[in-house]
Amino acid sequence: MAKIKIDKDRCKGCYLCVVNCPNALIKISESMNVKGVKAAYFSGSSKCTGCAMCAVICPDCGITVFK
Amino acid sequence: MKNTKKAVKKTGKISAGHSKDTAFESGLAFARPESLREAENHYCAGCGHGIIHRLICEVIDEFKIREKVIAVAPVGCAVIAYDYWDFDVAEAAHGRTPAVATGIKRVRPGSIVFTYQGDGDLAAIGTAEIIHTANRGENITVIFVNNGVYGMTGGQMAPTTLAGQKTSTTIHGRSLRREGYPLKVLEMLAVLPGTKYLERVSVHSSHEVLRAKRAIKKAFQMQIENKGFSMVEVLSMCPTYWGMPPIQAADRIKNEVSTFYPLGVIKSC
Repeated sequence: MAKIKIDKDRCKGCYLCVVNCPNALIKISESMNVKGVKAAYFSGSSKCTGCAMCAVICPDCGITVFK
Repeated sequence: MKNTKKAVKKTGKISAGHSKDTAFESGLAFARPESLREAENHYCAGCGHGIIHRLICEVIDEFKIREKVIAVAPVGCAVIAYDYWDFDVAEAAHGRTPAVATGIKRVRPGSIVFTYQGDGDLAAIGTAEIIHTANRGENITVIFVNNGVYGMTGGQMAPTTLAGQKTSTTIHGRSLRREGYPLKVLEMLAVLPGTKYLERVSVHSSHEVLRAKRAIKKAFQMQIENKGFSMVEVLSMCPTYWGMPPIQAADRIKNEVSTFYPLGVIKSC
């Protein structure tokens, strides 16, 4: 099963990963990270195909993809 | 948090000494390229520089040319690119990046030299340098990041700012009558016989980022094969000085900027 890991404290909150996930599996957290930003988080769904579309658009290289 | 750190560490190890197959077996499908340092970048949220930095590192790792690469960093938002890249980087005076790259390439012809420039650096103060470097057909690669404003100094109008775009020096929007037309650098360079490969790409969506990577790879390939001057223009977002959220800035490139600056190969020979 594919999955991603988002480095919460690297996230600057641009949410480009959120709009680029083809299955809309990335959500915006309610709590803030160390930067005072509501970071993106992976919803943990089994629908993730590991396509890495989120990781290639992340300007901060904060997403690691496992297949 | 601990797990994430572990994953990143693991990543570094895998890309450092193991083949792609080993990485696949361990389940890793995408991770930070080896040439990109762990340091967090200073760019604003949604800025395209971070993506372009990474793409260059990925290409360098794939070609395995990290020991041979010498980058020349510009003046502009990417002025401290050497803090993020784990290979040799020289710093040039504003706009003089292609001139410095020419010198490095001529003294060390075996090295792979590329410049990384913004639109204020390349299309304004460095216009003379880029035109003459291209005209001489220097065997270097230029990565030109076009976001249409001067990001570092406070969002002033650049030569590439679109007509009607509001910046801190054109508060009612750029007027063609007063400030002239936006400069299409690639089309201008395409008429020079010294240029061999010119392509315009964008980083506003994942698919475009993958296309941008292919273009950057091709540009480096041209240099490795000693074919001559290659340049990739990357349309990039500047949400801060466009005055909009990052997602909207990405849409602006898709709907507005890329209609004026058409994407694709401008010249290839």
